[in-house]
Amino acid sequence: MSQVREFEGTVDELKTLFSDRAASGETMVLNLGPQHPSTHGVLRLMLELDGEEVVRCLPDIGFLHTGIEKNMEAKTYLKALVMTDRMDYLNPLGNNLTYCLAVEKLCGIEVPDRAQVIRVLCAELQRISSHLVWLGTSAMDLNASSILIYCFRDRERLLDIFELVGGQRMMSSYIRPGGVWRDLPDEFVPAVEAFLEYLPAKLADYERLLTRNPIFLRRTVDIGIIAADQAMARGMTGSSLRGSGVNYDVRRAMPYCGYEHYDFDVPLEEGCDVYARYRVRMSEFQQSMRIIRQALSMLQPGPFMTDDHRFAPPPRSDLGRSMEAVIRHFKYWTEGFSAPEGEVYIATESPRGELGCYLVGDGGAQPARVHFRTPSFHNLQSLPYMAEGYLVADLVAMIGSIDIVLGDVDR
Amino acid sequence: MNHIETTIADVHTNYPNAIQQRISFRGDTTLVVAVTALLEICQLLRHDPALDYSFLVDLAAVDYHPQQPRFGVSYLLHSLKQNARLRLRVMLSQQDPRLPSVSGVWPAAEWPEREAFDLMGIEFADHPDLRRILMPADWEGHPLRKDYPLGYEEVQFSFNWKEIDRRKDYAQE
Amino acid sequence: MVAMGAEQKLGNLGIVTTSLEKLVNWGRTGAMWPMLFGLACCAIEMIATQAASYDVSRFGMELMRASPRQSDLMIVAGRVSHKMAPVLRRLYDQMPEPKWVLAMGDCASCSGVFNNYALVQGVDEIVPVDVYVAGCPPRPEALIDGILKLHEKVRGESIGRWA
Repeated sequence: MSQVREFEGTVDELKTLFSDRAASGETMVLNLGPQHPSTHGVLRLMLELDGEEVVRCLPDIGFLHTGIEKNMEAKTYLKALVMTDRMDYLNPLGNNLTYCLAVEKLCGIEVPDRAQVIRVLCAELQRISSHLVWLGTSAMDLNASSILIYCFRDRERLLDIFELVGGQRMMSSYIRPGGVWRDLPDEFVPAVEAFLEYLPAKLADYERLLTRNPIFLRRTVDIGIIAADQAMARGMTGSSLRGSGVNYDVRRAMPYCGYEHYDFDVPLEEGCDVYARYRVRMSEFQQSMRIIRQALSMLQPGPFMTDDHRFAPPPRSDLGRSMEAVIRHFKYWTEGFSAPEGEVYIATESPRGELGCYLVGDGGAQPARVHFRTPSFHNLQSLPYMAEGYLVADLVAMIGSIDIVLGDVDR
Repeated sequence: MNHIETTIADVHTNYPNAIQQRISFRGDTTLVVAVTALLEICQLLRHDPALDYSFLVDLAAVDYHPQQPRFGVSYLLHSLKQNARLRLRVMLSQQDPRLPSVSGVWPAAEWPEREAFDLMGIEFADHPDLRRILMPADWEGHPLRKDYPLGYEEVQFSFNWKEIDRRKDYAQE
Repeated sequence: MVAMGAEQKLGNLGIVTTSLEKLVNWGRTGAMWPMLFGLACCAIEMIATQAASYDVSRFGMELMRASPRQSDLMIVAGRVSHKMAPVLRRLYDQMPEPKWVLAMGDCASCSGVFNNYALVQGVDEIVPVDVYVAGCPPRPEALIDGILKLHEKVRGESIGRWA
């Protein structure tokens, strides 16, 4: 109990941030607290309400701050990978990928082709899984609660595939610097193909339930409008930005993992409202499935890990025969490898937006500074701007539409 | 790459003494500029229609302890039309970690600057609302600095389980 | 209230109090409603446990209540930072008796992978925990196993522990 600090719940220091109407009592300050079913995690919003209408909205974040960036400085490059899974917990393989790309850029590691294709497969399957959670939770916030159960049922199939490949449903740390952890098992390709046959019919069902539903349209059209220039000025990226008509997708602008070889469209909508973002994400399902089909056809037999001896562990089959392999194995897993001095930045397109990793190396075996440019942190900045003038119920729809994950916001 | 060269040439023409260093590493270009010229350079990059760096991607603070100058703040800028990325870095000393805020140029800088203040202790002048964002409001210290301890707690293995159990304060009802 | 009055009146009538214990404990395990306290990644697995494939409402947890006043069980699913700790304690205090706490996952049990300044090293420093479920995140089957162990523990509770 000695660890518990007093909860600072006073508004005194925040008097400058609320309008004068709050000080005089004309408007009410309401706390949409950290524990709330609709905030998608531990987000605290301090709302200044005039009746039911939001006059001002102040997000208070940091309830899930985990100190990941500082903790990664205390570990070797490889051991720090485990922490990245837990940042944006709906996209763990995507976080792994971003960090591994940064390490590979810093150290100058070449990744073999098969590993690139496997990485694309993982990233796109992860995107589908994350969008299923988004659809389930944001539809449930608008009271279409059966969609949550349907989406989680479909997600179970994807989690089975991730378990097949990485050993664990979430947080598998499957993507490692230099390639991937192990080769794909034989059951992988049939499982993915079965999933790709199963999903389109389900998505058509959800579209039939929502897309032209008059209640859904009343709750989402013309709600949470943010124009393209305002969105860009506030650092918004991803599907939320594409819902305002800005054609910016990291997979097209700065391709990684061979995305330039895949044929896919970037969905754009001009509506700038919650409904437009919904439409963008529903189209992204189709595009992800398209990319996965192409990737499956591009899978060729080959190595799954780089053969650069400084950065890859020796294959386990060598450990019984060669003393050098044993020594290398020992040094790799205890000391790790050292990276050159310098700073790099690499970005990937996570289901939420541009996820970037800024890595500073100092020549040692531990990163000097790792900073993640997380999309939810920047997207949440635009919520106060979006929410002014709308009702509290609309605010809930808006939070669902910008698709934040609090692990991503607070790190 | 061409646009980057144009950009650097423009900055050099307008603010000749501001560029302290130019680094090109693994395809990324970094310009280290002086703190005094930072705000004007940012305004030039943002508002000049030929350069058009309308997107502030990231703002990160780095602690280079024990090297001097100790702190670096790097701004990653992106031009959507030209599809070009440029990094600006300013170096700050330990005694005076203050610099102007760019939230007037890019509103996207508001929260990242608050985070840099919270975790690194770097102060931004003219920021609309500079207070702690990730740590509790009454926290002391700036966690991401190199001289701030990690807060590592001794791990309970079987050989020291009883000893740690005795002094760990569990919650009462 | 009935229980305390019964204990005082019946005193040492062993078999009656034992049957009463069994009845009340069975009632408590039959419909133990958890509070929605999903913090981080474990919350997603908790929602998956509540969803159709690993349906936990067959064990009585039909609904997750957002309000602490209407729930019996607090499943702390996720990492607890120092900023969140007073909120957690306040919500625990707002739950009416009888209440139980299940620490789901490594971060709630012992702060898991994150041994640093930002997290409370195990939620048992804030609230008394009844069952710990290990895993990062624990599989839905593991969470159900933890819930069943909690049910066993509740069934073994004696009349002296109540209220």
